[in-house]
Amino acid sequence: MADIATQSTGAEIDLPEAFQNAFRWMVLARTFEDKIASVYRAGKIVGGVYVGRGQEAFSAALAVQLNRGKDIYAPLIRDMAGRAAFGEPVIDAARTYLGSAKGSMRGRDGNIHRGSPREGVPAMISHLGAMISVVGGMLFARRLRGELENSVGAACIGDGATSTGSVHEALNLAAIEKLPLVVAIANNQFAYSTPTSRQFACKDLVDRAIGYGIEGINVDGTDLADCLQGFNKALSRARSGKGPQLVVGKLLRLAGHGEHDDAHYISKQMRASSLGKDCLAVARKRMIAENWGSEEDCKVLEEKAIEEVENAILQASGEESPDAYTHDWNACFSERFRDTQSDP
Amino acid sequence: MSITYLEAIRQAQAKALADNPNVFIYGQDIGAFGGAFKATKGLFEKYPDRVIDAPISEDAMIGLAVGAAIEGMRPIIEMQFADFSTVGFNQIVNQAATHYWRTNVPCPITVRLPSGGTPGSGPFHSQCMEAIYAHYPGIIVMTPATVEDAYSMLLEAIYTDDPVIFCEHKYLYYHLKADSLPKQSLPAESARITRSGRHATVITYSAMIHEALLAADSLHDDGYEIEIVDLRCVKPLDIDTVLGSVARTGRALVVGEAFPWGGVTAEVISRIASEGFHLLDAPPAKLNARDTPIPYHPDLWRYHRPTASSIKSAIQKLLKD
Repeated sequence: MADIATQSTGAEIDLPEAFQNAFRWMVLARTFEDKIASVYRAGKIVGGVYVGRGQEAFSAALAVQLNRGKDIYAPLIRDMAGRAAFGEPVIDAARTYLGSAKGSMRGRDGNIHRGSPREGVPAMISHLGAMISVVGGMLFARRLRGELENSVGAACIGDGATSTGSVHEALNLAAIEKLPLVVAIANNQFAYSTPTSRQFACKDLVDRAIGYGIEGINVDGTDLADCLQGFNKALSRARSGKGPQLVVGKLLRLAGHGEHDDAHYISKQMRASSLGKDCLAVARKRMIAENWGSEEDCKVLEEKAIEEVENAILQASGEESPDAYTHDWNACFSERFRDTQSDP
Repeated sequence: MSITYLEAIRQAQAKALADNPNVFIYGQDIGAFGGAFKATKGLFEKYPDRVIDAPISEDAMIGLAVGAAIEGMRPIIEMQFADFSTVGFNQIVNQAATHYWRTNVPCPITVRLPSGGTPGSGPFHSQCMEAIYAHYPGIIVMTPATVEDAYSMLLEAIYTDDPVIFCEHKYLYYHLKADSLPKQSLPAESARITRSGRHATVITYSAMIHEALLAADSLHDDGYEIEIVDLRCVKPLDIDTVLGSVARTGRALVVGEAFPWGGVTAEVISRIASEGFHLLDAPPAKLNARDTPIPYHPDLWRYHRPTASSIKSAIQKLLKD
C-alpha cells in the first residue's frame, strides 16, 4: 500500500533478496532483545532495556538498503534490527547493555546510546529529534567537500519525537539545503504511555511532508515487503537529488516503553487490530508462502541467531567493567584546556 | 591604521577560511548581508560555499555543526545574539559537549556569541551566557577583552578540537581599537595581568576589564595601585594566575557583567576561598549585574551592570575591610 505520488527513480528492488536479508536481521534483533529482556528481569542490567518488538520490519527495511562506509544511519531506541542490518555487531549491543569496558561507549553511556560516528552511526542522545540535524550536518559536510557522491543519510524517530521543535527545525533545514536525507517515523501509536491523540492533531503524520516541501510516503509497518518498497523509493529519490524524504510506518509497539513498563494502557482492541500484527510472524509466513525460504530455512536462521546471541551475552558478561580508578576522567579532548579541579 | 574588536573577529574568520578548507561559517544573515553586526562582511563574496545563511533554527544549526565536525570540518556558528543560543542549548550542552566523552570522537565547533549589554538593547539582546555553558563538562568558554585577544583567541577556538563558546562583547565591537593584529599571543587558557598593582586585585573578563581599568585609574589618583587580572578564558579557569595576584595584594574583588547568582564570579571566589584563603587579608568580594532581567532604558541599564564607578566603590570598600 505504499502510496507513491510520483514514480520511482533508481533501481527496482530485488524483493526476494531484500526480504530474505531483512528477515535475517529481524530474527536476530528479536532474539537478542528477548534475551536481553530476560537478562534485565534477572536483575543483571543496570539501567533500562528498550526493545523494538513489532518494529523490526520497518527498522530493518530501511537499513538493509543502506551501505556501510558510504551512507549514514542514525538509529533510535527501537532499531536493533536496523543496527544489525547496518553492520553493528551483536557483541557491541551486548557489551553496551552489560557495561563492558570494551563496548563502543566504554561504560560512559549505555544500552541504546551506542554508536560509532566515524563509521556513519551517530550515537543518539536522549533528547528526541536531536539526531536529525546531526545527520544533516554530516551530509552537508560531505557535500561541501565534494564527497557526497550519491550517499544518503537516514534518521529514525517515533511519533512522539514529531512534537519536538528539534524535528521541525531539522526537517526544515534539510529541505532548504535539499539534503539527501530520509527521515523514518515509526508511528507506534504511543510515546511512552501517551497516545497519538495527545501528540498531534493532523490527520496523518505523512501530511507534514507537504509543509516542508518534501516528499512523504506511508507504509504498512507490519508488512516487510511494503516497508522495503517504500524505503526503496524514498532512498532512490534522495540519492537522485530530490531532497529529503519522509517515510511513516504505521505499526504498534508490541512492548512497553522499556522493560520496566507493562504497557497496560494499550487496549485489547488495539492489540487485536491490524496495527497489532507481529511483523516478524507476518514476514515469516510470507517467506514460506512465496517460497523465498522454507520452514526449515527459517528454523536454521532462528537457531543460528540464538547461538550468536548466547555467545555475545556470554562473552560480554565475562568482560571487565570500566575501572573508575584508572579511568580517564577528562571531558575535553584538548589537554591544555582540561579543567583540573576535579582531579583527585 | 586602527582595527576594531569587530574587525579583528572578521579578520580571524577570513584567515581561518583562507588557511583551512574545512572551516565554514553558518549563521543567520551572515552571507551577502554580512551579519547583523557585519562580523562576516565581505566573506561570502570570497567564499560563497563556506559562508552560509541559516534559517532561524538555533537547535538545528548546532546539530548541523556537530554533524559536520564528526566529518572532520571546523564549523563556526554565529548566533545572532548570545541570548538566542538558549534555543540551541540542548544541542550545545547535550550533543556537542558530551560527544568526545561518549564516543571518543572530538567535536571541534566554535559557537560565536555576540554577548553583553549595550544601551537600549533590553532583556533579550544583552545577556552574558558564559556561566551557563561553563557549567557543562566538555565545553571551553572564551571571553576576550581586547582586540588582539578577539583575533588570536578566535583562531585558537577554531583550531581547538573541542566545542568552544566564544563570548565576544558587543559593547567592545566598535569602542575598542588597536593599531595592528598580533603575530603571537598568550595561549588562550592563560589569564593575563592587565595592570600591575599591590593594594588589591580585580579579577574580571570581557568588557568589565575596561570598566575596571577606569576604576583603577581613578583610584591611582588617590594613591592606590590596583592589579587587574583578565581571565580571558573562563573555562578552564587559570586559577594559578589569580592566586598569584591575590598572594601579592591580599585582597580580591571579582567582577562580572552576568547575573549575580552563581556563575563565573562565584566560581572564582570559591576557588580563592578554598585554595587561597591563607592569602587573604579581607573577605573576597564580588560584583555583578543586578538580579533582574536587563533593562531597556539607558538610565536603568547603566545602573544594572557594574560600571567604573560601582567597581571603584567596591574596591574602596574592600580596601577598608
